[in-house]
Amino acid sequence: MTDLRPMVEVKGARKSFGALQVLKGIDLSVDRGQIVAIIGPSGSGKSTLLRSINHLETLNAGEVWLDGELVNQPLKGRAFERHINAVRQQMGMVFQHFNLFPHLSVLDNITMGPIVLKGTSKRDARGLAEELLGKVGLAEKIDEFPSRLSGGQKQRVAIARALAMQPKVMLFDEATSALDPELVDEVNAVMRQLAAEHMTMLIVTHEMRFAGEVADRVLFMDGGVVVEEGVPQDMFRAPQHERTRTFLRKYLAA
Amino acid sequence: MQGLDFSVVLPYSGILWMGVWWTVVLTVSSAVVSFIFGIVFAVTLLYAPKIVTYPVRSFIWLFMGTPLLLQLFLIYYGLVQIGIDIPALAAGIIGLGLHFAVYNADILRAGIVAVDPGQAEGARSIGFSRLQTLRYVVVPQAVRNTAPPIGSNMIALLKESSLVSVIGIAELVHAAQLGISETFRPFEFYLTAAALYYILNLVLEAGLRRVERKVEVSR
Repeated sequence: MTDLRPMVEVKGARKSFGALQVLKGIDLSVDRGQIVAIIGPSGSGKSTLLRSINHLETLNAGEVWLDGELVNQPLKGRAFERHINAVRQQMGMVFQHFNLFPHLSVLDNITMGPIVLKGTSKRDARGLAEELLGKVGLAEKIDEFPSRLSGGQKQRVAIARALAMQPKVMLFDEATSALDPELVDEVNAVMRQLAAEHMTMLIVTHEMRFAGEVADRVLFMDGGVVVEEGVPQDMFRAPQHERTRTFLRKYLAA
Repeated sequence: MQGLDFSVVLPYSGILWMGVWWTVVLTVSSAVVSFIFGIVFAVTLLYAPKIVTYPVRSFIWLFMGTPLLLQLFLIYYGLVQIGIDIPALAAGIIGLGLHFAVYNADILRAGIVAVDPGQAEGARSIGFSRLQTLRYVVVPQAVRNTAPPIGSNMIALLKESSLVSVIGIAELVHAAQLGISETFRPFEFYLTAAALYYILNLVLEAGLRRVERKVEVSR
């Protein structure tokens, strides 16, 4: 059974912060099970694009679709709140700075969403947390508090927390940028595993090698537009645009 | 000149213990009221529409800008005049509770604002509503981060609870005054009462330290 409808679709996305135009008309389509990496210099709008997809940023114009449902519906007040909360439950987001809840144990960080939002029983939620922690290699940390974890461990718990809502798509916003280099691999390994399980993923990243390895498609953004996109082999070996070449030269040399 | 003779206090120890008991009841109940209303006021001031925040802000200014003693008189003696007859204990708890709620609200408001915006984003990204985000993520952290100043506030509350003696609640100061009126030994009774307040606050302080230590891990 194949569903040809894209999982995530962005049409003509525009966003300004005051006079600064951050997104100048972005189109993007991600198929079911596809992994798209978004690269580009700081300030290119890639994080804003990702955050617009689950409406942490409000677009000035354009549409975002998730699995055939319009995300930024023209609803008002409570009606929109209800709608967006339901939509966000279907999208997992992983942040650069983890945003784990420091006042809750690892277990509660993961189970709070399912318990509060889906009415999952505490027992089932614990089972789910154990399974997900096993998957990210942190089964023994279930009763720890985030303050006792390393950055890499925190990020893996954050991924487990997002997965606990059984999302249709995972959004990674520079998930490894705040980590010490030696901790990056453990987080990448988890993302690779998700890729192997055909999770639909949008990954904003500065790690070209990882992007090249895991992504089906790479988007290069600069100045609020998609300059170039393609399969990683073409993008990294033979970029068509001068801006892409300049950017990649800097990164790949490093 | 009379020497100090604490043996005069002994026959009144039962009354004094009752005073301690009522002081504890008052303090704990008022603390709960001040805490709950502190959170409600803080959240209202930060997030409610202006039509709601203006009256709440005026209310807060009123409670901050007038003496607790007068507030107690107004609640207990004043309201009766317009047909609202509140028992002394309830009046004491409402007066003390609201008075300290106003100070707690100020502290908590600063505490809520200080919570990293990423926390709310983390909660919203899972699908939590604004209210759920406040309830499960932001307010619990604000409370943890402001535990020390709120604790100091509660120590002040314990001491200020002595003011409700004026509306006839048999708390510690009231009990001491009873003893004094029969023995004419103010120094012994007031010193005893002072010592009891001090001990109560030592216990409270130790309790607050425990809370703070516990909270430290989860920050």
